[in-house]
Amino acid sequence: MSDRILVQQEDFDVATEYARLSDNLETGAIVSFIGKVRNFNQNSDVTGLHLEHYPAMTQLSLEKLVAEAHERWPIQGCTLIHRVGDLTINDQIVLILVASAHRKAAFAACEFLIDELKTSAPFWKKERLSDGSLRWVTPS
Amino acid sequence: MKVLFFAQTRELVGVDELIIDAQDVTAQQLRDALAERGDKWQLALRDSALLVAVNQCLVPWNTPLSANDEVAFFPPVTGG
Repeated sequence: MSDRILVQQEDFDVATEYARLSDNLETGAIVSFIGKVRNFNQNSDVTGLHLEHYPAMTQLSLEKLVAEAHERWPIQGCTLIHRVGDLTINDQIVLILVASAHRKAAFAACEFLIDELKTSAPFWKKERLSDGSLRWVTPS
Repeated sequence: MKVLFFAQTRELVGVDELIIDAQDVTAQQLRDALAERGDKWQLALRDSALLVAVNQCLVPWNTPLSANDEVAFFPPVTGG
């Protein structure tokens, strides 16, 4: 089973990605994380997001994280899709799927991937307000 | 070397890319030199949370730079 790492503007389909990753008779657990664009500061003025990234570094840093997950846990495969560009409230923004023989490794690797992605992958969010202006999101 | 800026850092300095002729400097020394370019540069590059990547990898500030490196300055990331 191969890993699948994508940075794209288009949306992703969870069922399709799940079917691709679960096509392995040795897989006993698939853990998923889906990040969505929320109404950021509980502020109804926020209508969406613009996501900037550093293209030359993004793919490399995601591949490095997935390689590290393989080194640390007995996992069979990962799917990691991160969207960039303009997104609106309720859109899916990131998908992480991790397949393993057992749930423990799948949970641990999935949590590792999303936590590390949030501190080391070069993506920056900018909130779009209802008056059309944009405001950078700072890490919490 | 090629120097890139992203997100708030890019907006503050007003450019996304520079070609710089610098030798025997660390990432910190390049940062200090660029900060001398003006108030906006000072503000962007003195930010204590600023990060630096060399050849697409995050590195510590004492990393030595080579003539053909791609150096990128940016604020903390907020993806996911």
